[in-house]
Amino acid sequence: MSIHEEYYVPAQSKWPIIATLGLLVSVYGVATWFNDLKAERADSSGPLIFFVGGLLLAYMLFGWFGNVIKESRSGLYSPQMDRSFRWGMSWFIFSEVMFFAAFFGVLFYIRYWSGPWLGGEGAKGIANMLWPSFEYSWPMLNTPDPKLYPAPSGTISPWGLPLINTILLVTSSFTLTFAHHALRKNHRKPLTLWLALTVLLGAAFLVLQVEEYIHAYTELGLTLGSGIYGATFFMLTGFHGAHVTFGAIMLTVMLIRIMRGHFSNEQHFGFEAAAWYWHFVDVVWIGLFVFVYVI
Amino acid sequence: MSAVIDPHHAGHGLTDHHHGPAKGLMRWVLTTNHKDIGTMYLWFSFAMFLLGGSMAMVIRAELFQPGLQIVQPEFFNQMTTMHGLIMVFGAVMPAFVGLANWMVPMMIGAPDMALPRMNNFSFWLLPASFGLLVSTLFMEGGGPNFGWTFYAPLSTTYAPESVTFFIFAIHLLGISSIMGAINVVATILNLRAPGMTLMKMPLFVWTWLITGFLLIAVMPVLAGCVTMMLMDIHFGTSFFSAAGGGDPVLFQHVFWFFGHPEVYIMILPAFGAVSSIIPAFARKPLFGYTSMVYATASIAFLSFIVWAHHMFTVGIPLTGELFFMYATMLIAVPTGVKVFNWASTMWQGSMTFETPMLFSVAFVILFTIGGFSGLMLAIAPADFQYHDTYFVVAHFHYVLVPGAIFGIFASAYYWLPKWTGHMYDETLGKLHFWMSFVGMNLAFFPMHFVGLAGMPRRIPDYNMMFANFNMVSSIGAFMFGATQLLFLFIVIKCIRGGTPAAAKPWDGAEGLEWTVPSPAPYHTFSTPPDMATLEAHRTDPRHD
Repeated sequence: MSIHEEYYVPAQSKWPIIATLGLLVSVYGVATWFNDLKAERADSSGPLIFFVGGLLLAYMLFGWFGNVIKESRSGLYSPQMDRSFRWGMSWFIFSEVMFFAAFFGVLFYIRYWSGPWLGGEGAKGIANMLWPSFEYSWPMLNTPDPKLYPAPSGTISPWGLPLINTILLVTSSFTLTFAHHALRKNHRKPLTLWLALTVLLGAAFLVLQVEEYIHAYTELGLTLGSGIYGATFFMLTGFHGAHVTFGAIMLTVMLIRIMRGHFSNEQHFGFEAAAWYWHFVDVVWIGLFVFVYVI
Repeated sequence: MSAVIDPHHAGHGLTDHHHGPAKGLMRWVLTTNHKDIGTMYLWFSFAMFLLGGSMAMVIRAELFQPGLQIVQPEFFNQMTTMHGLIMVFGAVMPAFVGLANWMVPMMIGAPDMALPRMNNFSFWLLPASFGLLVSTLFMEGGGPNFGWTFYAPLSTTYAPESVTFFIFAIHLLGISSIMGAINVVATILNLRAPGMTLMKMPLFVWTWLITGFLLIAVMPVLAGCVTMMLMDIHFGTSFFSAAGGGDPVLFQHVFWFFGHPEVYIMILPAFGAVSSIIPAFARKPLFGYTSMVYATASIAFLSFIVWAHHMFTVGIPLTGELFFMYATMLIAVPTGVKVFNWASTMWQGSMTFETPMLFSVAFVILFTIGGFSGLMLAIAPADFQYHDTYFVVAHFHYVLVPGAIFGIFASAYYWLPKWTGHMYDETLGKLHFWMSFVGMNLAFFPMHFVGLAGMPRRIPDYNMMFANFNMVSSIGAFMFGATQLLFLFIVIKCIRGGTPAAAKPWDGAEGLEWTVPSPAPYHTFSTPPDMATLEAHRTDPRHD
């Protein structure tokens, strides 16, 4: 069986331990920072520690991926190794799906069960005794305890910026597919252009998302602290935005690699992995658009 | 060192002697070898077992008599919390990942894990994570004191400051688990020797494939859960606060959506190991291989739709109580299939009772007791009486100690000859078994009685009427705890020397791992073994 002839088992590597240290230092810094902020302690060492951890992580990412790219380009990876990478990436994306599923689950639970119960409807409507004046509605423009959680004055209309953002992201999935087709035919120039356009569309999405957040915070009073509507809204869109950012960074790296002449029309799993991730982020957005903005 | 494994170095399982391990400490820090990483996982797990165990000793010492004698209630709460967290995430899970690292590549004829560098990363995140977690005990305000299930608002509004570090420790070990699981799953799906079809895989490999799937599916939900806690604590969100329209019960739903599959993550690999060990010492092939695979898959599926049986008393709608009650009871069916299969495997076998078999037989019997008390707890109206009593503590310790941990001990004794090249001391091994067996039954069986009589869990003091049973429990716990030092001694003795082990030291054992020498060379199956030749050598006509 020829596919089993060679399996590349890498030599010792310093990158995993650097990655571990980087993560440990980063989270220690973040936790210190958050605690100092909450306790209003001045001169927190947290940001500095976090910054050091971030540097370590950046060094690791460049080094580790650089290592993998070098190995890949020197032809060390067999088709079987390629399949290992594919399984790895697929399961990673599945884990991300479950991460988002948790937050979608929260949204559905609030909207179909606990929200109405707080408002006095349904099997556990007795919960209304906590705040008898509270009436449930979605979007939640009144909270049970407005002193603790001041309600927003309005919500974002789906048919303005969110619709434009939907169009941007869906378009970017198409342009990315065009880039992939160009890569398969080894048409390098259209490949570069389509991919660059994809990154631009992603960046435009992020700019509009920031615009929307500013609007929410300054004009609508829709914040993280404005009750469960704001909490679920920012949690879902925020994590999605973070994923768009990661995806755009991945695609930018792919763009740089393509401009340097990496990838062949047959072997380009790095590109495909980034593309899979981008399509996943796109699908999540469709879910967000429907369940967070429209319905 | 090793680069591409030389395909001309023929002969399955033969070593590349010139590709030995590196020297010194850095061998372990930088390694990409599945056996080195498996060893580190196993030692780490044992260290955590002793640490979490010493916390259990503090708990049992305080509960030796009614009244407060040794520790303050605040510290008692930290001990129960950390004992649970360390045992679940630090002892049991890493032990199974360690076993998977050592055994899965050898069982399927693979040269290593699919992603060897990521494998090293998965391991080293664990000491980082647990260093962070244990350090919270020394922080101002003390460590996590809200129970290992960290229900909101105890873990949010009323938590000590160290909860922020706890949250990030959970994130780190979550990343470790997800990467570890992806690695095992990718290895099983992609690196099997030619001819090793899915339905020819040893059950340990099957149960790990399913466990890996469960891990990848639910660890991200745990990450989402602690992230929402972080947001509630630091950024003013109201996920778990009804004052902002959220719901504290929501925390429990999210947590147990992770938590229930998690309990199967801790037992399925033990099912797999025992399914290898019992046939070896009964000298009969496993009864009902196919049904074992389907039963495992059914248990995994059901584990996603039973989570609210942990929440019967919290106030969920009647429909929910009924649904989760019946779904939970359904799990008894595939689990029963497994127990009957193990029993049928032993039926009319020529059994001998070496230490791995002793632990495995005890596993079958005692795990079944834990399963039955689980069935009692599944009855929603009865659970209103049992909830949050020592009956629950008895139940989950019966599935975890003689279940998960006896499964790990059985695996360790079964494969120690393969790992070290020496036989362990059989007399001491049997002593370890009997002391553990008596100790754990003394410790946990009386908890059923005090629980049914109403003794609440997680409280450092109790009514006088529970005094005798608690004293028995504590004596049993001390006995079980002390016995584990004997295990440490046995393992070290086995590593340092002993009767040299044959390639296949157990005459009924089957599987590719027994076709390589003992100790297993640093690199095994650089070229995949030929399954057809191996199968032709099988003499047992009853084996299909």
